[in-house]
Amino acid sequence: MSTVSGKEAVSTEKATRAVPDHDPARGRDQAMTAGQAAGGRPIPPPRAVSAPRAWLRLLGSEVGLTFRRPRNLAMLGVLTVIPVLIGIALRMFAGTGGDGTGAPMIFERITGNGLFLTFAALSLLVQLMLPVCVAVVAGDSIAGEAGIGTLRYLLAAPAGRTRLLAVKYACVVVFCLAAVTAVALSALLVGLLLFPAGPITLLSGGTIPFLDGVLRIGVVVLYVTAGMAALGAVALALSTLTEVSVGAIASTVVIVIAAQVLRAVPQLSVLQPYLLTEWWSGFDGVLRDPVAIGDMGQGLLVFAAYAAVFCSIAWARFTGKDITA
Amino acid sequence: MSRTPTDAGLAADVPGSRVGGPGGGSRREVPGAELSIVTSGLTKRFGSGQVAVDALDLAVPSGSVFGFLGPNGSGKTTTIRMLLGLVAPTAGEWRLLGTPMPGGVGGVLSRVGALVEGPAFYPYLSGEANLRRYDAADPSADPRTVSTRIGLALERVGLAAAAGKRYRAYSLGMRQRLAIAATLLGPRELLILDEPTNGLDPQGTREVRGLVKEIAAEGTTVFVSSHLLAEVEQMCSHVAVMRTGRLVAQGPIADLRASETVRIRVETPDVEEAAAVLAGLGLPEIRLGDGDVSAALGAGLPERVCAALVTGGVAVRGLAVQRPTLEDVFVGLTGEGFDVDG
Repeated sequence: MSTVSGKEAVSTEKATRAVPDHDPARGRDQAMTAGQAAGGRPIPPPRAVSAPRAWLRLLGSEVGLTFRRPRNLAMLGVLTVIPVLIGIALRMFAGTGGDGTGAPMIFERITGNGLFLTFAALSLLVQLMLPVCVAVVAGDSIAGEAGIGTLRYLLAAPAGRTRLLAVKYACVVVFCLAAVTAVALSALLVGLLLFPAGPITLLSGGTIPFLDGVLRIGVVVLYVTAGMAALGAVALALSTLTEVSVGAIASTVVIVIAAQVLRAVPQLSVLQPYLLTEWWSGFDGVLRDPVAIGDMGQGLLVFAAYAAVFCSIAWARFTGKDITA
Repeated sequence: MSRTPTDAGLAADVPGSRVGGPGGGSRREVPGAELSIVTSGLTKRFGSGQVAVDALDLAVPSGSVFGFLGPNGSGKTTTIRMLLGLVAPTAGEWRLLGTPMPGGVGGVLSRVGALVEGPAFYPYLSGEANLRRYDAADPSADPRTVSTRIGLALERVGLAAAAGKRYRAYSLGMRQRLAIAATLLGPRELLILDEPTNGLDPQGTREVRGLVKEIAAEGTTVFVSSHLLAEVEQMCSHVAVMRTGRLVAQGPIADLRASETVRIRVETPDVEEAAAVLAGLGLPEIRLGDGDVSAALGAGLPERVCAALVTGGVAVRGLAVQRPTLEDVFVGLTGEGFDVDG
């Protein structure tokens, strides 16, 4: 019975279409008919797609989305400009500003060797600028999709909750790497343009060749990226708790600032080893000879612990959540 | 409403399909027929204690166009979210395309196209890039054919010309079309469409109806929720009706209609004679009007009535089979308070 009425319905529809009309929307009708005709165009039978390839495809889509977003590009742009400003300021006031008291050791050395600008820029920006940028991207990752409703379509696609979360976090890590690299490259270029280059005199007194110095910058970039990725896990966890991305972003920034405040109180020194912020700038070790890996190793452990704990929280929350947005 | 011969033919079929009646939730499908969606006791109680869906037993036969009706807030969207694994039911079980859920979500949803609670896309991406994004999320989608598939889906909904335009600049109707295109990205065995004609102009609504029928004709089961009865009546072979979280009726649309009597109305100057002929045919509930007579048609065939009238010497000016509309049925089923026309 249902098939009969179905067929009749189709034929009625055809009959309606066959009637010539001067409806302005007729073009759209034709478009649909064209679609039908095109339906006969052969699409190769779907080939089984391996899970890792499908995962990489989703990651590619995610990364593409992240780096096409004007907001994220603007943040990367700002991160690139700041080392330029530091470099120009140091160059202009190189001889004059030296009251010699407050300036950190690394800053004094920039005028002597451009490579130090990279270390200086990273140790400055890692305090707040980089964390804020990471908080924006990671805090938005789930909450932003929930906010505009695309999360339900991704999950119905079906992206899979664990899979989507893993891709989101991988993308956050890629963004952390991009942000830190942007700072480092910009500082490296500006440093080489404005200041002398050559063998580097380390904090411990020895001298290493220039290329060795660049290599050590690479190590610092990876270390700072790890630190930012740990913060990214915190922001991702917060992002699964809300449908308002600003909420997740703001909470992450508040956590960073609170940690910085706690760090500054000497009476709370017992807390310091457990604070994420305590370890972010702990990369002076690479400027010693031999490289002092002790502090950095401990920093990496703290980062790994934070990432593991907060990714687990994010996973537990996200896989059991009702998606009602 | 004008009556076509087709309608009369259908009416003649009614008695045969009346067996089970419109009983709420009765499953009267052909034994062995496959079901695309089955739920048993599906219940959702939200944290606030509010029961959104209460012990739902749905049975959607494969190949049907299944209308899922109910007023706003009756639990339609929550049900659809549960079917797709977005919201975890408090109790109950369900199967999609024969696979028990939610365990089978990963494997099954690739074969299901879904439009849930309106379109949602990235405003800063073009229509095409948006579809590409959703396609990338489907682990079984073949990346080599993505451009072809997206092109076809956009053509089907008439959006090919606007493929490169940013979603932000789309009108409400275009957004709805894009959402429908997203459900057509791959070969689908089941489409779940939540209010697919929302925001469309009458022409767009007609196109969507045509598209749904076309897709159904290809063998895809279409599960379409709506609060527009007229729309469902024109598209669907089966319906289910929700009211405050409960299922009040389910079955082939003709069965539901059969709960209301089909009447035959004769326009004639010879009212008395016509009434006598109808009574002679054994038709009950004869009502005499001013220039017309009507009676419950029941199992009677309209052509036989016509012949009897003519041989009885009654001057017939008009003869119409009056089948109840879905609206009549639902007002009967759900009483007042049903927003019959949205």
